[in-house]
Amino acid sequence: MASQDPRGNEIERLASSLARLPGLGPRSARRAVLWLVKRRDTALVDLLASLTAVQESLVECQVCGNVDTSDPCHVCADPRRDQRSICVVEDVADLWALDRAKLYTGRYHVLGGRLSALDGVGPEDLAIGSLLARVEEGGIDEVVLAMNATLEGQTTAHYIAERLEERPVRVTQLAHGLPVGGELDYMDEGTLAQALRARRPVG
Amino acid sequence: MALDRIRLADFRNHAATRLEGAGRFNLLIGPNGAGKTNVLEALSLLAPGRGLRRAQLSDIPREGAHGGFAVGADLVSGVTPVRIGTALRADNPGRRIVQASGAPLPATRLAEWLSVTWLTPAMDRLFTDSAGGRRRFLDRMVLALRPDHAAHSTRYDKALRERNRLMGGDARPDAGWLDALEKEMAEAGALIAQGRAETVARLAEAIAAVPDGPFAQPELRVEPAAPADAGELVELWRAGRAADRGAGRTLAGPHRDDLSVTMAGTGRAAAECSTGEQKAMLIAITLAHAELAAGSRPLVLLLDEVAAHLDPVRRAVLYERLAATGAQIWMTGTETEPFASLPERPAAWRVTSGEAVPL
Ligand SMILES: Nc1ncnc2c1ncn2[C@@H]1O[C@H](COP(=O)(O)OP(=O)(O)OP(=O)(O)O)[C@@H](O)[C@H]1O
Ligand SMILES: [Mg+2]
Ligand SMILES: [Zn+2]
Repeated sequence: MASQDPRGNEIERLASSLARLPGLGPRSARRAVLWLVKRRDTALVDLLASLTAVQESLVECQVCGNVDTSDPCHVCADPRRDQRSICVVEDVADLWALDRAKLYTGRYHVLGGRLSALDGVGPEDLAIGSLLARVEEGGIDEVVLAMNATLEGQTTAHYIAERLEERPVRVTQLAHGLPVGGELDYMDEGTLAQALRARRPVG
Repeated sequence: MALDRIRLADFRNHAATRLEGAGRFNLLIGPNGAGKTNVLEALSLLAPGRGLRRAQLSDIPREGAHGGFAVGADLVSGVTPVRIGTALRADNPGRRIVQASGAPLPATRLAEWLSVTWLTPAMDRLFTDSAGGRRRFLDRMVLALRPDHAAHSTRYDKALRERNRLMGGDARPDAGWLDALEKEMAEAGALIAQGRAETVARLAEAIAAVPDGPFAQPELRVEPAAPADAGELVELWRAGRAADRGAGRTLAGPHRDDLSVTMAGTGRAAAECSTGEQKAMLIAITLAHAELAAGSRPLVLLLDEVAAHLDPVRRAVLYERLAATGAQIWMTGTETEPFASLPERPAAWRVTSGEAVPL
């Protein structure tokens, strides 16, 4: 006789959604669900409320491509940040990683990916036009290319550096003392700080 | 010493094989089809790449088992052994995972820990087959001297595949994108070419230093298909874009390099030498390389069916020179007799139907 799962379908669904979160997996997800079920009147309600609030207010920043609860995002709207420097990253996750380290005081530009012929991602699929437009508008002194050290990341960095060649901005690149193939997202803050401090001109 | 406490799980015909008490010389003795070469293949996967059979990962898991495999070994050098291993998990059959000291590691970085090289019967055709096999043979030797070589090769191959995709596509490739890719290719390509040139130069020196022995002396030369300078490579690819677009791929570059081998004295191309002479030159190259490589990192040398095909004089010289390299040697054979002249007592196992028992 087939044994019947004692848990209902909804609980099973929650566990399987949580299991997909990076770093979680089925086992931890089951543990989290159990924890939530036990605290259904407090923690579960609270989690539900914050999830709904985030879901309702998430927007993409029209300036830099960051995902935040306001447009422009809190970084672009912050008057204390250096308006003359733009740091270009592949994904929102990289922006968050860099910003968590609180080392860079300028603003960002999210490309939304990296050049990859094999994955069918070309220049027109990335937010390169809007980056050029921001530089074109003027008032920018430096563009920091903070792509990952992967082949695709570095190809994208070369590509953007070339497109910026004729413009009156200084183009620098993170010093990759980073492991080859390294992803920004996974780097500790010490390594990031070093990479940022030692950034060098591209050419 | 290098590898010990070796464990194979569901690796080809080995369900659960353990080899303990390895020494400098290690013998795997057993009948045809017993699983001797399979053990060597398992050890060859403790290096970057596809191992000595260049097998598809999906061919390796033991038939009838659950679809994954694991190979583990203690790397004994220094005070504390390091456990290294590689495995294929049934739920992720596309990618072999590699670990050192319990932490995951890109396969290319295995080369920082140890070098593994091999001679197999399939390599008897190395000089007559296509350049690809010779390039891989050379690259394995480079890797033992320059552990970064695998990372440069991976990066170059990836960039090359990207460029080929652009060249073979329907749309006219974006010139700026090509510029960017070619820069990456040139940086990695120059390092690859320099690694090959340096290795061949050092090998030639080491071979020349060996007194005329029973093994035919080879003369080695890289036949480069492209310059070894990053700036010149960029020029080459830029100038070649129209032709490459026509061909749908990148026609020139270090991915077309070849290794040329001729017999010293006669100057005859290796491909035109006798089978025995070709084998002797391969052995001479392997020995010279082992002497060069064993100094820096532990070197593991896998010699599949090498001893049985040599006459007793050459066999004795081979053993003596192997002993002098400091490498760990793994040899296979159907019987123990050809190993009687080893200069020291080997560790030996009898292999039958996927099981190994100490002899
Ligand atoms: N994935 C697999 N699962 C089970 N058995 C396999 C697998 N792949 C290969 N084999 C078997 O392993 C055996 C070959 O082993 P191996 O090549 O190591 O033999 P060997 O001892 O080197 O023999 P020889 O002396 O003939 O070279 C063959 O019988 C082959 O069918
Ligand atoms: Mg065999
Ligand atoms: Zn913004």
